[in-house]
Amino acid sequence: MTEATTTAAPAPPAAGALYYRHTLAVRVMHWTNVVALTLLFMSGLQIFNAHPALYWGKSSYTGRPALLQIGVKEQGEGGVQGFTRIFGREFDTTGVLGLSRDSGEVHAQAFPGWIALPSHQWLSMARSWHFFFAWVFVINGLCYLAYSLWSRHLARDLLPTGGELRTIPQSLRDHLRFRHETGEAAKRYNVLQKLAYLIVIFVLLPLIVLMGLAMSPRIDTLFTGWVDLFGGRQSARTIHFVVAWLLVGFVLIHVFQVIVTGLWNNVRSMITGRYRVPPEASHD
Amino acid sequence: MIDERVPPRRRFFVRVAGGVAALALAGCQKLSQSEWFPKVLGVGERLSAAAGTLVAGRKAMAQEFTEADLSPSFRSNGTARPQSAAYDALVAANFADYALVVDGLVGTPGRYTLAQLRALPARTQITRHDCVEGWSAIGKWKGVNLATLLEAAQPKPEARFAVFHCADPMEDDGTSLYYESIDMDDALHPQTILAYELNDKPLPVANGAPLRLRVERQLGYKHAKYVMRIELVESFAKIAGGNGGYWEDQGYQWYAGI
Repeated sequence: MTEATTTAAPAPPAAGALYYRHTLAVRVMHWTNVVALTLLFMSGLQIFNAHPALYWGKSSYTGRPALLQIGVKEQGEGGVQGFTRIFGREFDTTGVLGLSRDSGEVHAQAFPGWIALPSHQWLSMARSWHFFFAWVFVINGLCYLAYSLWSRHLARDLLPTGGELRTIPQSLRDHLRFRHETGEAAKRYNVLQKLAYLIVIFVLLPLIVLMGLAMSPRIDTLFTGWVDLFGGRQSARTIHFVVAWLLVGFVLIHVFQVIVTGLWNNVRSMITGRYRVPPEASHD
Repeated sequence: MIDERVPPRRRFFVRVAGGVAALALAGCQKLSQSEWFPKVLGVGERLSAAAGTLVAGRKAMAQEFTEADLSPSFRSNGTARPQSAAYDALVAANFADYALVVDGLVGTPGRYTLAQLRALPARTQITRHDCVEGWSAIGKWKGVNLATLLEAAQPKPEARFAVFHCADPMEDDGTSLYYESIDMDDALHPQTILAYELNDKPLPVANGAPLRLRVERQLGYKHAKYVMRIELVESFAKIAGGNGGYWEDQGYQWYAGI
């Protein structure tokens, strides 16, 4: 590719071979998931905006104050302020939470228009988006689980071996130094990556679905009182909200890792399947 | 590949991704306002309704709670007092002139004063009220089973829905009376009652006096307050906006089990 023109360069590192990393099924399901989770998150925030407070317990009105509350209040003469109250501590969040500006207009809403779907107070439409893409997400997730078991993707690529688990401290150090696998080792997920994916796939995503179902008065009738195992319906709503933000945290770390380990190479591997294996490092 | 070539491509990629995201967001707003797309999203509602019936069953009972779980005060939402002369007159007479009408696709239409309703066998239940907005409150309700009234009225075989016509106008000019509808599974469900008491006291005006529906497996907006008339119908397509309820006509889901 670069021969002839780079004659003066001292022995350029051999470009790694293209390696077929992600199967078509995984690629399709990954991007379906990206779309569904993004729309679920944004419409979820607009649903939250309809009653921007979180509680612990079976009901919202227990005599105890809300764990989290976002809102607007009068401030001084004719002024208004967006506030966020967490565990009784209040913060001025004007501009972001409670009160925000969008296309020149000031909106009194908990989460701002640029992150919510629809942008402004429209609960019924937010619910329509949310429940449609909840089905897309759940069906996609079930297909992924079936495929991962059937194709051995789960056993081969995601489950860490006992040996790998013992290298967690080393892997942690490598991550903190931005030192990444090369050569053969780069063809596999590293142990922290595997654990992160497993936690998301088998803990966070099932939990957020379950807590969503716990908010359904119809599904609550499945077994009397099952929602109380999670602290009650309002606790389930709080867990649903917290897990959504944990997933945002995962996505931020995931995208950060994608960028620092080669944005184009990683993105291409999730589009075409082909991943260029970084050449074996000369040191180490 | 030469390393120098990566940064421009990376910049390009980030710009494209940003552009796509902005376009997608604008597109989502347009889709929400379109005629056709909300109908596509409506598939989710139909799936949820079918799954709810399939998974939980048609006769499943909603959870009932204890006195210890009662909310200190039961929140009033939506109409706190119907703005109409007719309703004012009912309140002034302490609902002595109130009568519930049961008609539509029935063999024997019925008419019940509050005293007559109170004389019928009653059911008391402590249940959780889940508002579509997201909050929940727990209250103790006492009332007459809707099934009792419907059995007396002898529904015709073609009756598929019970429609609740209410006293509260939703427009300032006194029009657009609140209404709701439920299917016969919910109408005949043992926890579906017409409540005249909340927390051992006569139902307050703010919570729907003299009579409100409790349909415990659905969200709050289905629990019609200020019920004046129950009509059995085969279809609600010709009533008001045709979607089976005041909020449904504003775009809310008819199936409020989720």
